[in-house]
Amino acid sequence: MAAQTTMSRSPLSQQSFRAIAAHAILITYTLIALFPVVIILINSFKSRNAIFRSPLSLPNSETFSLIGYETVMKQGDFVLYFQNSLIVTVSSLAMVLLFGAMAAFALAEYRFKGNLLTGLYLALGIMIPIRLGTVAILQMMVASGLVNTLTALILVYTAQGLPLAIFILSEFMKGISDDLKNAGRIDGLSEYRIFGRLVLPLIRPALATVAVFTMIPIWNDLWFPLILAPSEETKTVTLGAQVFIGQFVTNWNAVLSSLSLAILPVLVLYLIFSRQLIKGITAGAVK
Amino acid sequence: MGSLSLKNIHKSFGDVEVLKGIDLTVEDGEFVIFVGPSGCGKSTLLRIIAGLEDETSGTVEIDGELMNAQPPTKRGIAMVFQTYALYPHLTVRDNMSLGLKQAKVAKEEITTSVELATSMLSLEDYLDRRPAELSGGQRQRVAIGRAIVRKPKLFLFDEPLSNLDAALRVNTRLEIAALHRKLSATMIYVTHDQTEAMTLADRIVVLNGGHVEQVGSPMELYNNPANKFVAGFIGSPQMNFITAEQVGEKNAVTVGIRPEHISLGTKKGDLSGTVSHVERLGGDTNVYLDCGSAGLISVRMFGEHDFAVDSKLSATFDPSRIYRFDAQDNTIV
Ligand SMILES: Nc1ncnc2c1ncn2[C@@H]1O[C@H](COP(=O)(O)OP(=O)(O)O)[C@@H](O)[C@H]1O
Ligand SMILES: [Mg+2]
Repeated sequence: MAAQTTMSRSPLSQQSFRAIAAHAILITYTLIALFPVVIILINSFKSRNAIFRSPLSLPNSETFSLIGYETVMKQGDFVLYFQNSLIVTVSSLAMVLLFGAMAAFALAEYRFKGNLLTGLYLALGIMIPIRLGTVAILQMMVASGLVNTLTALILVYTAQGLPLAIFILSEFMKGISDDLKNAGRIDGLSEYRIFGRLVLPLIRPALATVAVFTMIPIWNDLWFPLILAPSEETKTVTLGAQVFIGQFVTNWNAVLSSLSLAILPVLVLYLIFSRQLIKGITAGAVK
Repeated sequence: MGSLSLKNIHKSFGDVEVLKGIDLTVEDGEFVIFVGPSGCGKSTLLRIIAGLEDETSGTVEIDGELMNAQPPTKRGIAMVFQTYALYPHLTVRDNMSLGLKQAKVAKEEITTSVELATSMLSLEDYLDRRPAELSGGQRQRVAIGRAIVRKPKLFLFDEPLSNLDAALRVNTRLEIAALHRKLSATMIYVTHDQTEAMTLADRIVVLNGGHVEQVGSPMELYNNPANKFVAGFIGSPQMNFITAEQVGEKNAVTVGIRPEHISLGTKKGDLSGTVSHVERLGGDTNVYLDCGSAGLISVRMFGEHDFAVDSKLSATFDPSRIYRFDAQDNTIV
């Protein structure tokens, strides 16, 4: 009722009210989402006592301390951990995107016996968490001698990421006009070129979305590194940070510093993909 | 160069039989149009000719060569799609030359082919634009240009005009007719619009429910339709169908008369009724006469006429232009 009278009186103020409301909601959400990250960041630059005395205050000249970062750099081989995390994340991501897109193309594009069944089988992976199979996976890795290798992690994460990737990408691919692909076939493009040159550029926004959704859980995972690759040479950042969490004493400075550092690479990757995402969306809009 | 022969083409999608035995030959240089209601299988048949869809059974021959196992590129065809299907990330020039590049044609030859096609379609100013920066009509011309550049034996058009507005449709129709004369190439063109079919075709193939109803020149179909379906499909406004008893016809089940072969008057005629609506188009006047149990009869008269709605009139049929149909809806000759 009230909204209606406002609208009939002046649509402009209604509009600005809506804009303000939308922004208020979004800003609130952003604050809530960023709060823990900011807390980690500011506390990582404080001395131990300051962290506990006033966890919410910014570091000042008295409380400022790089002791956490120093510990991280000194203890353990954090550069190696970072490298491991990056190798695992980027390789898994590349495999998920490549194989996911290829499988999605086959499912979306070709009519063959068992098409629907294959699609359903792959979609099962979305509903059943891969961790349920941990014991079997560990046995498999032991049998194939892959325990304590990054390969083990890459394989597992690829399997973990594929179902959702295939599902999302094949839905997008079904939306691409058959005529376009057929025009390519008449012009003599091979199926690989149609996939690579016509279809992939058109689903770039979907690829970027899938990349972000796939990347974050891999980067943050503690479970599989702990079980499949806990050796010193194959530790990932999340696992490496655990050395500071003891049963009796936890080195909070070091934990917070290592977590802060761990945010950086994933942030860079995210920025790359989100730029692709926006590029793809604007390219589609003027189609 | 450019003849086509289809023998007993069947096509099923799962249990649904979409094409039920199509036989057709197209001579070199002919402009043949497939016409029929939506969903009758026109596009499917065209895609089978192009090699984009596999036939369930039957043979496709182009220039006397069996093509069933050949991929689209090897068939010497080019296709223009209803949705244009231009490559969104390529310029007009690259859109047109991609096919030749794939076929490893020499650079200079590609350039001359593209230039020839662009001048034919007056696209010179747009060569470096992307499809997104073109109007619908221009996009359609690029799609036609992309077909011309390939110098195909057989041009295939799938409803190329249906996404254009009415004025542009007439223009592009004329351009396609001119193109056919200039290239003297074989063209197969799919449409559901009988006007397009009548104005462009050397021969029309009327399809319905997956089989061929009749093949013939536009005037053959207009003057001698083989059955009630063709009689009703060709001609606008549609032919009037009246049950035979209404007009005292003993040897037929249904009688058909085209709106333009009826004259209106006050003297007693074949049917009488009241005027329910009058459409004045300037050149023509369409009168709709409610003839009670005989139904609504449309009458097309040339020039301007004035009839008051609800006035009583009688309709007289041109006796030489009455069509008679039997119980199977076939024309009685
Ligand atoms: N890929 C397909 N799978 C299943 N049915 C299809 C497919 N393509 C076309 N059909 C069916 O075949 C019939 C003819 O389609 P189409 O050739 O496109 O008709 P038209 O072009 O004459 O409108 C339609 O009933 C359509 O639903
Ligand atoms: Mg069609």
